[in-house]
Amino acid sequence: MMLTVQDVTKTFAGGEGDLPVLRGVSLSLDRNETLALTGESGSGKSTLLHLIGGLDTVGSGAIEIDGHDITKMTDSDRAALRRTDVGVIFQQFNLIPSLTVAANMAFQARLAGRYDADQAARMSDALGLTPHLDKYPEALSGGQQQRVAIGRTLVARPKLVLADEPTGNLDEATARQVLDQMLDLVTETGAALLMVTHSQSVARRMKRQVHLSQGRVA
Amino acid sequence: MTWTTLTALLSHWRRNGLQFFALISGLALATALWSGVQAINAEARASYDAAAATLGEGQFGQLLPRTGNRIDQATYIALRRSGWQVSPVLEGRIDTTQGRVRIVGLDPLTAPGNVAPVGMQEGTSLDDFLTRGVLFAATDVADQLENAVSQRIVTDPSAAPGVALTDIGVAQDLLDAQGTLSRLILAPEQPMGRPDLAGITPDLVLQPAQDAGADRLTDSFHLNLTAFGLLSFAVGIFIVHGTISLAFEQRRGMVRTLRALGVPLGRLIGLMIAELVLFALIAGAIGVALGYVIAAVLLPNVAATLQGLYGASVAGTLQLRAEWWLSGMAIAVVGTGLAAAGALWKIAHMPLLSSARPRAWAVASGATARRLGAVAGLLFLVGVGIEIRGKGLALGFVLLACMLIGAALLLPLVLRGAVTLADRQARSVVWQWFWADTRQQVPGMSLALMALLLATAANVGVTTMVSSFRVTFVDFLDQRLAPELFISAEDAAQSPDLEAFLIDNAREVLPLLSVETEIAGVPSDLFGARVGPTYRNNWVFVAETPEVWDRVARGEAAVVSEQLARRAGLWTGDAVAVAPGLSLPIAAVVADYGNPLGQALIDEAVFSDLYPDRVPTRFGVRTDDAAGLREKLVERVGLSDAAIIDQARIKAFSLEVFERTFTVTGALNVLTLAVAAFAILMSLLTLASLRVPQLAPAWALGMTRRRLGRLELLRAVVLAFVTTVLAIPLGLLLAWVLLSYVNVEAFGWKLPMYVFPGHYALLTVFALLAAALAALWPALRLARTPPSDLLKVFANDR
Amino acid sequence: MIVRILLLMVVLPCQAAAQGFAGLGSDAEGFAVPQPDYAFDFPQDHGPHPDFRIEWWYLTANLNGPDGTAYGVQWTLFRSALAPETREGWSDPQIWFAHAALTTSRRHMVAERIARGGIGQAGVTVDPFEAWIDDWRMAGPGLDDLSVTATGTEFAYDLSLQATRPLVFHGQNGFSVKSAQGQASYYYSQPFYDVSGTLTLPQGPVEVTGSAWLDREWSSQPLADTQSGWDWFSLSFDSGEKLMGFRLREEKDAFYTSATWIAPDGTTTAYSDGAFTARPLNSHMVAGRQVPVDWAVKLPAKGVDVTVKALNPDAWMSVSVPYWEGPVTVDGSHGGRGYLEMTGYE
Repeated sequence: MMLTVQDVTKTFAGGEGDLPVLRGVSLSLDRNETLALTGESGSGKSTLLHLIGGLDTVGSGAIEIDGHDITKMTDSDRAALRRTDVGVIFQQFNLIPSLTVAANMAFQARLAGRYDADQAARMSDALGLTPHLDKYPEALSGGQQQRVAIGRTLVARPKLVLADEPTGNLDEATARQVLDQMLDLVTETGAALLMVTHSQSVARRMKRQVHLSQGRVA
Repeated sequence: MTWTTLTALLSHWRRNGLQFFALISGLALATALWSGVQAINAEARASYDAAAATLGEGQFGQLLPRTGNRIDQATYIALRRSGWQVSPVLEGRIDTTQGRVRIVGLDPLTAPGNVAPVGMQEGTSLDDFLTRGVLFAATDVADQLENAVSQRIVTDPSAAPGVALTDIGVAQDLLDAQGTLSRLILAPEQPMGRPDLAGITPDLVLQPAQDAGADRLTDSFHLNLTAFGLLSFAVGIFIVHGTISLAFEQRRGMVRTLRALGVPLGRLIGLMIAELVLFALIAGAIGVALGYVIAAVLLPNVAATLQGLYGASVAGTLQLRAEWWLSGMAIAVVGTGLAAAGALWKIAHMPLLSSARPRAWAVASGATARRLGAVAGLLFLVGVGIEIRGKGLALGFVLLACMLIGAALLLPLVLRGAVTLADRQARSVVWQWFWADTRQQVPGMSLALMALLLATAANVGVTTMVSSFRVTFVDFLDQRLAPELFISAEDAAQSPDLEAFLIDNAREVLPLLSVETEIAGVPSDLFGARVGPTYRNNWVFVAETPEVWDRVARGEAAVVSEQLARRAGLWTGDAVAVAPGLSLPIAAVVADYGNPLGQALIDEAVFSDLYPDRVPTRFGVRTDDAAGLREKLVERVGLSDAAIIDQARIKAFSLEVFERTFTVTGALNVLTLAVAAFAILMSLLTLASLRVPQLAPAWALGMTRRRLGRLELLRAVVLAFVTTVLAIPLGLLLAWVLLSYVNVEAFGWKLPMYVFPGHYALLTVFALLAAALAALWPALRLARTPPSDLLKVFANDR
Repeated sequence: MIVRILLLMVVLPCQAAAQGFAGLGSDAEGFAVPQPDYAFDFPQDHGPHPDFRIEWWYLTANLNGPDGTAYGVQWTLFRSALAPETREGWSDPQIWFAHAALTTSRRHMVAERIARGGIGQAGVTVDPFEAWIDDWRMAGPGLDDLSVTATGTEFAYDLSLQATRPLVFHGQNGFSVKSAQGQASYYYSQPFYDVSGTLTLPQGPVEVTGSAWLDREWSSQPLADTQSGWDWFSLSFDSGEKLMGFRLREEKDAFYTSATWIAPDGTTTAYSDGAFTARPLNSHMVAGRQVPVDWAVKLPAKGVDVTVKALNPDAWMSVSVPYWEGPVTVDGSHGGRGYLEMTGYE
């Protein structure tokens, strides 16, 4: 198993007492598998993604990535895991505005210490970004920026890709195009993909779907 | 990973040149302010010391010939060989084509302390001075001497006016006075078991050292300049803080992204610290050099040379000492560290998932402003406590710190209050919007305005302190050195003839009658005064009753010094027993800076009744032709040159040197305001991009961009105005603490404080101009914002 | 302060070339240079030699009060010439300065005088002998019978000296070599004075008796460029024998040493470089610098292996060109006492 989530809970402190967001979620994901995590706003799907990415810590339960329980890791170990094994693609792209497209694409691979210029070139070709390599993110359209973010993640060849509404900020046509490219490239690199989405049409493109409702797998 | 992360961090500055410029120049300016003030302080000190030194010849006792104006050199040798530590002086005049020049010959091997020419340290070797002959003189005298003497002439701006200094042997040659001397200076330290003067020579009289009191005044001034050096440090730290906070705010998003991509927090913070230290060092170095150049440009009579930067000693140049380099670099690094500590702490505790949206450069929302106000209140309470209860110099500086920090922290609350008040008066919708919008801007501009507050307060304080000091110093000189000449009779027998001659030849003659006594248990000097226009016009009192001098002249009252009054617990109206059996009411109290002895002054006639044996041997003389009278006295009465002291010249020279200090004040004003204006400019530029979404609705509702730009400018000026109005009382308070608290703690007496409303008004205008200039560019940019940018606000929210 | 700077210029006549303590390593332009086989001519040679750059009359005395308290007294007159000549009046290039000190185990009091030659304020005459500056005098009918006086702000002394043996000459008959390069001075001593007199201390006068040692030395370049200072010992052993030894400090911990062994009858043995050794044992912080105040001193040829300790480690001469000079006690193979002078400790 690439990813195993077991009985994970998470509670946020709110103004009127504690607010349980995840109430014991379990799921698993194999290598080469793609999984859509769907659910309404507030169902806890983004929180679960953040927990798997090590961006936040669980209330209870265990999350194993490639056999390592990340809930027992230190902050810097989790950071190391994000650097090398897990790639996160955000809805807001989160590019580094002061670096060029090329530098952004290479960034995570360089952090992970496995940058390969040929592979990066193939990736930018595949994403249609080659004409824009010397531009800065602010000069790109939203779809192009998300392609850069996808490229940044995949050039680093992570074992697990986490995507949080990657097409949520894009218009329908662009969204479909970006999704196609992303799925093709994920398949090509052999990574597992966990995608949070509220769109049924997007979810249907994944091998499996898990629906979250009020903090539980429905 | 380290390198990759660092390139990302550094790429921010490459892409945002303006921010980088703001960071480096903010740091550099703060450092420049500090090192410039250090340089200016040092120069001011040197000027004061030079002024004090010219007053200082009286600090040594002297042996004068009882009759005539020459001493046989053999008498000097006899005195030395019996143990008397005396140093010979020969004075006289030589004719040049452009008039006569006074030659003063000294023996540098035996002269005590400050008597030798200052320039001698660099200008020449002792070998030259002793065996070949060198004359030191100010430029005009040097020109005059050029063709009159064969010896080398060294121009020394610190030489006393109208005088050429040279070796005693050279002076004897020039004046054709082989084997004779004019007077002997008595070293302050004498060996034990020295025989009586009368046993060696009956022909000399001892004139004891006189204390001009100028040293005590200048000590006080030095302390105050140091205090303002610290103040400039505080202003500098504020600006550094603002700049650094800004730099961190702008990179919140990047920090979040980097962490999400797997850069560990510790590594990230470490790299940011390294980056900041690097910047601090670069900016610090620029700042120190800049401060040095600024100081050199602003100061008169000082040349900045490249060698000066390395601390090489070149005559007449400003030196940049190692301490300045070190303290300048330290302020840059320490200031950066202080400022960055908070920002780094925030980054370290920033949740990874928090909004990446940069906030405004905010320090004070409504709640924060109130919290800061509460802290300020607390600081003021501590300050008041110290003022009432505290003792000691250290506490004095704590008091200053409480006031300054308190006032700065109070500023956001005051600004909000002022804007709210204006809002209530607003009639039209536009103005209501303007004031509401201004209130929103207060947090963003608080730090810059705090810097303006401190800068303006410092300027008010410096101006008040320096000008008060100047008035006091001039009064003091007027009072003590009012007579143009001071003349010593050779002995009591000569006194009546000399006095008669003086009365015939001078405007006013003031015999100096005094006796050492004890008044109200305080060791004091009792003076008998011939009340006349000099006393009436020149004496300034700490406290007085009506008709002071009339009552003194009628023998009905006395004037006492502040020291005597305070120590004896007396004040105006109280009676003081000036002598056994004579008690007089105190008509006035006069300041006498730091004199350990008390002083009381009564009318000459009353004094003579008390001490009929006392005959005045010294006279102050008021005359319009000091030089003419001096010549008459030498030629007709046969007085020695040394018996005539030219006070007017000493006074004029002291004042001239003193004037340099006022350039210093001007320099400080320019420097601090420039830095504050820079802080405002940078905060406005930063706010400008955030302003677009806030201004777009107003534009959409029909206000032109031009009008919006004008309102932006107005807003900056209004906020600066409120800040300046607050700064004036703060600056006055600052000066008051320094003059009335710190000075008392350090020296035991108050320096009177004078208020100069004209200066403050001018300063306010300058501060507003600085703020307007700073706001001009951002406002212009806003007025020229393309409509498409404004429209974008409505197209999507980012 | 200015006077002090000026004085430094006197003592450092060639600033550019100045190296070593007090510029004594500088070149001797126009000045005479000591030559071997000089025939001394007395009493003339007790007087000044203005064609040489520097000269001194250097008296140190180890004294005791009635209760046995140890005292040290120094009286030194220096002559420093700006040019190798004398002139009448103020333009005389001969500068005179003098140091007087009175040392007890707890106090060290110093006074300094500076004067110019040519006007009668300071100088030396030979017949009768008188060396003076201001009211300080070392005078007698001759060098064998002297009275010595000096006053400072808090001390004074008036001593009477009687020599009991003839003069002693150092090096090769008074030609004392100071470096391997051949720098040298003329150097003789009178180490056999019996002393009696009065010291005036801040507490009052004290009658004292003891012994004194007078050094006479003149030269134009007694130090080599590479020499930074010296450590000089004059030791009087209880056996009646005496030892003068000095160590000139060169670069890289190298030393040039020289010594004179003086038998009780005044006959001398000169020792050249290396025979005499002196090694610091303990240093003491004085006037902001470390100065060695305990020494291991050896002259194996005479079986001397002694420890020399300062009576008062704070005997710092805080004069225009400062140095350390004070009385010492001697223990080990020989007991005794003496004086130690150390210069060039920056």
